[in-house]
Amino acid sequence: MAERPRVLAISSTGGHWIQLLRLAPAFDGVTLHYATTSADFRGHIERIAQNRGQPRPAYHVLTDANRWEKMKLIRQAVEVLLLLLRVRPDVIITTGASVGYFAVRFGRMLGARTCWLDSIANARELSLSGARAGPHADFWLTQWPELARPGGPSYEGQVL
Amino acid sequence: MIFLSVGTQAPFDRLVRAVDQWASAHHVPVFGQLGQLAADSYRPAHMEWAEFIPASLYEEKLDACRLMVAHAGMGSIISALTAVKPIIILPRRAALGEHRNEHQLATAEKFVGRPGIHVAMTDADIAPLLDQLAECDNLPADAQALSAEASPELLSAIRRFIIAAS
Repeated sequence: MAERPRVLAISSTGGHWIQLLRLAPAFDGVTLHYATTSADFRGHIERIAQNRGQPRPAYHVLTDANRWEKMKLIRQAVEVLLLLLRVRPDVIITTGASVGYFAVRFGRMLGARTCWLDSIANARELSLSGARAGPHADFWLTQWPELARPGGPSYEGQVL
Repeated sequence: MIFLSVGTQAPFDRLVRAVDQWASAHHVPVFGQLGQLAADSYRPAHMEWAEFIPASLYEEKLDACRLMVAHAGMGSIISALTAVKPIIILPRRAALGEHRNEHQLATAEKFVGRPGIHVAMTDADIAPLLDQLAECDNLPADAQALSAEASPELLSAIRRFIIAAS
């Protein structure tokens, strides 16, 4: 493909987001879209891109939800689907949690290649969203070698 | 200044109470970011606090503090490591209704012994650790800031994936 690949880097805010931002050097040379559940980090991602000489990335804000907030989760799922239809990413990279799950499931249906990087917080077992989303991702990673297994996630290093 | 942060998802009374009690007996300013409090959540009396703070204020407090106290969340731990601030972490326990599973216990166990990270396994460990760490320069002289990037192996694996996919 002569054109730059479109990459969507997506996660909830907090620890998932901090881990996602540490992947920025892998996004050189792509058309980059970030999506998260807070409007607070636009300046931050623009600074990171500028420091690496990357063009200014797009920034999309999604509804925040946890697994007990059914209505918000449904709204979030719809927002993720609409975002994917608008952006049409070639590649989706996520560190979780529910927004990442929706992005992997819908992304696959829409023909994107998807990567689930399970949070480094999950040192003893995979996250719930990771266990559910991982099997649907093209590239499923854990950050702890002892959790890697054939047919499951593989280990390729940590965000630290 | 000591910067207390418990993340944004749920209150963490056990940690907030332990730090507030310590603050009541010491002349060390504490700022607490306490998450969304419930009606019956503990509200500290000996520190300045807010439920949520914007990312810019979080950066400011992180820069200004000499010590961070936090739940064992990766956001707090990575923030402290990159800012080269010592951090005391207390894992949230699902058994006490503080989180949905025990992953913070696993995180805390993984980070025991890492320079600059002090693990409190129970709230009773908080006051002694604060006594020990609040007044002194407690980072090893060779402490280095964590780089802002993931490991080279992980970056190149993701890079390869992007290239292969496009």
